[in-house]
Amino acid sequence: MIDLPFLRKAEIEAPPDIEAASLRSDKFRIEREGDWLRLDRAVTALEKDRPGRISDEDLLALPVLYRQAASSLAVARETSLDAATLAYLESLVRRAWFQVYGPRTSFGHWLGRFLAGGWSAAVRSIWLEIGIALAVMLAGTAVGWLLVARDSAWFDALVPGGMADERRPGASRDALAETLSGTGGTDGLSAFAAYLFSNNSAVAIMAFALGFAFGIPTLLLLVYNMASLGAMLWLFSQAGLGWEFAAWLSIHGTSELLAILLAGAAGLHIGRTMAFPGTRTILAAASASGTRAAHVMVGVVIMLAVAGLLEGYARQLVADTASRATIGGAMLLLWVSYFLWPRARGSQP
Amino acid sequence: MVALVSVGLEVLDSEDIGSSPALEFVVVLLIVVLFFARFGYFLWFELGPRGATPGKRAVGIRIAARGGGRLTAEAVIARNLVRDVEVWIPAVFAVSGGAGLGGAVGWAAGGWLAVFVLFPFFNRDALRAGDLVAGTWVVEAERRKLLPAMSVATPSTSEYRFGEAELGVYGEHELQVLEAVLRQGSPEAERQVMEAICGKLGWEAGRGDERAFLEAFYTALRARLERNMRFGRRKKDKLS
Repeated sequence: MIDLPFLRKAEIEAPPDIEAASLRSDKFRIEREGDWLRLDRAVTALEKDRPGRISDEDLLALPVLYRQAASSLAVARETSLDAATLAYLESLVRRAWFQVYGPRTSFGHWLGRFLAGGWSAAVRSIWLEIGIALAVMLAGTAVGWLLVARDSAWFDALVPGGMADERRPGASRDALAETLSGTGGTDGLSAFAAYLFSNNSAVAIMAFALGFAFGIPTLLLLVYNMASLGAMLWLFSQAGLGWEFAAWLSIHGTSELLAILLAGAAGLHIGRTMAFPGTRTILAAASASGTRAAHVMVGVVIMLAVAGLLEGYARQLVADTASRATIGGAMLLLWVSYFLWPRARGSQP
Repeated sequence: MVALVSVGLEVLDSEDIGSSPALEFVVVLLIVVLFFARFGYFLWFELGPRGATPGKRAVGIRIAARGGGRLTAEAVIARNLVRDVEVWIPAVFAVSGGAGLGGAVGWAAGGWLAVFVLFPFFNRDALRAGDLVAGTWVVEAERRKLLPAMSVATPSTSEYRFGEAELGVYGEHELQVLEAVLRQGSPEAERQVMEAICGKLGWEAGRGDERAFLEAFYTALRARLERNMRFGRRKKDKLS
């Protein structure tokens, strides 16, 4: 075997003879530095996520080595003026603390628990905010519908220009029906799906992040988004295409609107607990609700990935109104039953 | 506020894509990479055992749970999702010159975003909004090497002898400055420090023996200060 210097394992150098040191604090250090370096090696392996590199006896000794290093630090602070050694011990003990008391679950294990109950438990625990967000979204849709029904000039204000293209007040029924038909091929659909996923996730995450300011911007965002939906709904139902439009929308919309509802509710949850923290401090209340809301948000991103696929592929390939409505309804049923399905206790986040 | 919302990833026109499968694949890859660069990068690294992205590691900091508990995956996710309103939206807002909002609305939106951007400067722990929501903070976590012990290099039979009066001039701060100079090992700095010390002691500074003099002085001073420390008498610096 070729012996390359950069492949060679760093060996712990033998400490100098204790008698060579003339200071008592240096003798103290030389007596213990072998153990410190042993701990250092184990911690470095843990930090690199390579626990296999630690020998069995080092692994067994890890808690003892950690406590020894911590007690060495306590003694050295009172007896030694060697700044470099003190700084080394401080950093070693801090690094070791994070490894010894660090998170014990891997990401895969966390994801398993999340899907098996953590997610739906988090969703159920913010039921109040979900109710508020749902009411706000319905109100937003109604507002959009009523505004445009009274004066169609509102349509331009509510629907962003890029989205409207030929879908405008005054367009013929055929032109509107044309926008609802599938394109018939798969060309460009995966790019379209990925784009929709990325864009919708950004909007949902924004709805969540804006909840920080006591939830008010989240409410505005929900109202605005739903008002443009209401305007669209009015436009199509005017032309007698209300049911077709609803089916066209529902194929991905049930997943997407539910995801936006949950994201908005998660944002509101943070805003509400910060405004009314109860007996806890604001900081404690914010971090408790923040972690619960983050649970919901990971799920929202998953839902939006599903919605993006449905929107990119299924909506373009399935042109039949009844099948569109069936897929949309089935997705809604699937999500709601997933969240409400009774589970064994103890899966709270 | 409303226009802020429409500021997003409006760079791609989906109608143009799809002319060739290879181009489509590149576009899909680009969108996915951009999305993960925005969120996945931070999540992946901060959920790892180091609790820090490569950038944080380079400057010697990491994420920790506030209050000394365990850092959980949800906390890391929460602190990174809030980054959106703290970094990306203000950045897009600034680059696009107020996102087309003029007058009072533009100023109001800018001021509101400034609350997030300036949040870390107005609290004691320099928490950003994401840290506040997630219950985390960023702590110093520098990695240091164990440097050699100082008094091993000094032969105990040095020709320099220092009395109580000479060693009593300096305190712990000066000792640690001297330690830094000795560990650095630059001859010019050693010369200057030796002249300063000799000036203070009223000695004549000789030439060519700076290192040996400073090491002997360091060892003697540290021995004295540490001895007093064990009796509970500490001397912070030369003024105390």
